[in-house]
Amino acid sequence: MYQLRNTSYVKEEVMERRDFLKSTALISGAYMMPAFLKPFEAMAKGELTGYKNLVIIQLSGGNDGLNTIIPYGNDIYYQKRKTIAINKPEIITLSDMQGLNPNLSALKEIYDQGWMSIINSVGYPNPDRSHFRSMDIWQTASDSNQFLTTGWIGRYLDSNCQSCKNPYTAIEVDDTLSLAMKGTNMKGIAVQDPNKLYQATREPFFKDLVSEHDNAHLNEDNLGYLYKTMIETYSSADYIQKTSKVYNVTAPYPTTGFANQLKNVSKFINSGLQTRVYYVSLSGFDTHVGQQNQQGRQLKIYGDAVAAFVKDLKQTGKLDDTLIMTFSEFGRRVEQNASNGTDHGTANNVLIFGGKLKKSGIFNEAPDLTQLDNGDLKYKVDFRDVYATLLDKWLDVNNSQILNKNFTGLGLV
Amino acid sequence: MSEQMNIPTQVKHLYARAGFGLRLEDLRDPANTSIKRAVKKLFENSANFEPINIVDENLDLRRKPAMQSSDEKRALQEERNRQERLLNQGWVQYLSETSAQLREKMTLFWHNHFACNIGNPQYAQELNNIERANALGNFKTMLLQVSQSPAMLQFLNNQQNQKDHPNENFARELMELFTLGRGNYTEQDIKESARAFTGWAFNGNTGTFRFNPRTHDDGPKTFFGQTGNFKGEDILDILTANKQTAVFICTKLYRYFVNDVPDANNIKQMADVFYKANYEIEPLLEFMFLADWFYADKNVGNLVKSPIELLAGLNRQFYVVYDNPAVLMQFQRTLGQVLFKPPNVAGWPGGRNWIDSSTLMYRMKIPSTILNAGVIDFTGKATPEDEAYIASQRKQQLNIIKRVQTQPDWTRFLKNIPANTSPAQVAAFILEPKLSKGIIDDINKSADIKTAVMQIVSTPEYQLC
Repeated sequence: MYQLRNTSYVKEEVMERRDFLKSTALISGAYMMPAFLKPFEAMAKGELTGYKNLVIIQLSGGNDGLNTIIPYGNDIYYQKRKTIAINKPEIITLSDMQGLNPNLSALKEIYDQGWMSIINSVGYPNPDRSHFRSMDIWQTASDSNQFLTTGWIGRYLDSNCQSCKNPYTAIEVDDTLSLAMKGTNMKGIAVQDPNKLYQATREPFFKDLVSEHDNAHLNEDNLGYLYKTMIETYSSADYIQKTSKVYNVTAPYPTTGFANQLKNVSKFINSGLQTRVYYVSLSGFDTHVGQQNQQGRQLKIYGDAVAAFVKDLKQTGKLDDTLIMTFSEFGRRVEQNASNGTDHGTANNVLIFGGKLKKSGIFNEAPDLTQLDNGDLKYKVDFRDVYATLLDKWLDVNNSQILNKNFTGLGLV
Repeated sequence: MSEQMNIPTQVKHLYARAGFGLRLEDLRDPANTSIKRAVKKLFENSANFEPINIVDENLDLRRKPAMQSSDEKRALQEERNRQERLLNQGWVQYLSETSAQLREKMTLFWHNHFACNIGNPQYAQELNNIERANALGNFKTMLLQVSQSPAMLQFLNNQQNQKDHPNENFARELMELFTLGRGNYTEQDIKESARAFTGWAFNGNTGTFRFNPRTHDDGPKTFFGQTGNFKGEDILDILTANKQTAVFICTKLYRYFVNDVPDANNIKQMADVFYKANYEIEPLLEFMFLADWFYADKNVGNLVKSPIELLAGLNRQFYVVYDNPAVLMQFQRTLGQVLFKPPNVAGWPGGRNWIDSSTLMYRMKIPSTILNAGVIDFTGKATPEDEAYIASQRKQQLNIIKRVQTQPDWTRFLKNIPANTSPAQVAAFILEPKLSKGIIDDINKSADIKTAVMQIVSTPEYQLC
């Protein structure tokens, strides 16, 4: 039952449990649920049409944008990347200027359907080239010289909006929670496997502790915080498991870990889970050495999985209500280094997918490869304008509350 | 409280913070009957410095052929991984056994303060020993040694900081994280500081610090309003002469030992002591451990144990032996703290950051996994679903025992409990936060002490110190 990350030493008796449950009093309602847990279970599936979902995909390591959405129409690209540039015949052209890395072939269909938008040159002033700093900046939506301890989705959860009152409003499909999902009072919930988390909460002694504290006034101190977190976890794990298990994903997905995470998101969305934000990561993009092979592999994993996910949602009628945003903490330098790779850079592209994009295709100009900042791309779009668009137009909150400054946003959705 | 369990709660609190928690066997120690004597004993037990010496080879110094085959590269990487594992496991086991609790608690503090994550376990061990040697010594001495360690020079790129192309990484983190804290310096200060540290490098053939005059920018620098041909050492002196450094360090120490929420007054008192003592750490700690406010109710039982503190405390209380030390790293990964692998240069943020939905469930389950093959005997009313769960847990026991391979010494633990001690009294001893009536009632229902103890260590209360 209790399973440690990266190990399989505890045999998961899921099958047996499922069989057992089918024949026990649980189904007949003999299991007593503490009163305070009931409200979370009350929502019926039917109330959820038109429920907008945001799926954030983080590519960790600093994905090289120039070899992802390739400016093949600009000779400088080939001059600066004598051995790692992608050859013209292999590129999947999208316009006269830019095309897809061949490993993203699965996305061509998505692009042609008008479900993909490419925003070029996204970044921020005074960019930081440290993985940790830049990732923190993107996750907290801070200025380059600001150090925030809450994430932008966390602050969205804090904002007490109508649709973000529950702990499971934001789910990260991972074992640990990113800073992006942590607010001052509210946090997202990290669920790699809803059944596993559910099992972890079934320990009778723990259930006893939870029910004993149901009506107690919980202090603001750390002990109160632990009990509050435990109670929320119970409620969320139960709700997520019971709601999502009734839906089985039938669309085909690749057999990668990342594709499986998106498959889980599809399950959550299609089962009617009242979650608004999903967060998923794929790492391996820090291509200082031997870039073509390493990045190629990761892009293929990414492209195949996203294409499967998008087609799945289209098929089940959820694509119009879903927006997917892909980002990385920075792009990489224009010129290749001495190890057939690239070093940390600055501005990068952001990829948006959805059924109802206002402006699909290539959103803005290809990156300028001549006006560089010490060999790095200059940003044209502040990433917080992207966030502002998502907050205002998709999540229905006032972006200035969450971004601590008013950003105009883009005409994206 | 039975007579023999009569230990001042303040002494229990002291050991929960300055060490890894009192053990039942410590009840018999007369030094633990008064705060003053307990504090004295704490320092005495940590008086000597014993370096850890687990990694005995610097793999970067091995002669490597010009062209390595991919097999050779892989073998070397495996050797590196092995050293890394041994170093990590070795330190966790040392934390679980040593009587120099205070020195190790401080070494852990400096390990986080001077957060460093590099691929050479020997340099990492060396840095760790610098922190251990100076843990209760002088901060200025430690700062200089840390700044000149190959580990830090490599991690913060000072190797690449040279006269005509300075690298500001070290200069920035030195001020932001090691001394003054954010907002107390300018970008210009960073640039000038970086120039002063040019030429600080380590010799790749010997693995020792080397000042390279050729790459050193010896021109005049203006730093915090002073101008001179500053070298690295001069910058460090100017930074520590600035009382803000004392305030910054004391604020961190306060959050580590007392309360997540800084108290400006208490910290000011600490900083005054620290600065006046010329950055000697022992008088500062002594001042804090003897202060009334250290023992105030709001400061007792309210800090979230770090994963390492949780593991070390559990190992010590129950004398746990690990037949398969590799599980220690698995536990660390699951809980979000792997020694020698901080997430970034700012270290582990700590406090509530250790807790989110998944990690809380794992943390509450780990004590029973280590001590009782995952079984927490339930003394309440079991529903049919509960019974099914309990039955499947018992079936899992053998599997868990096989994989986790931990041997707690229950005999030794139990024999240190005085006769006629109730389960609730044992709970009050093991746990720091005040117990609710509900928990006390539950625990008193236990058929035996062992059952009670399994419940005690599986409560959220056990996660706090």
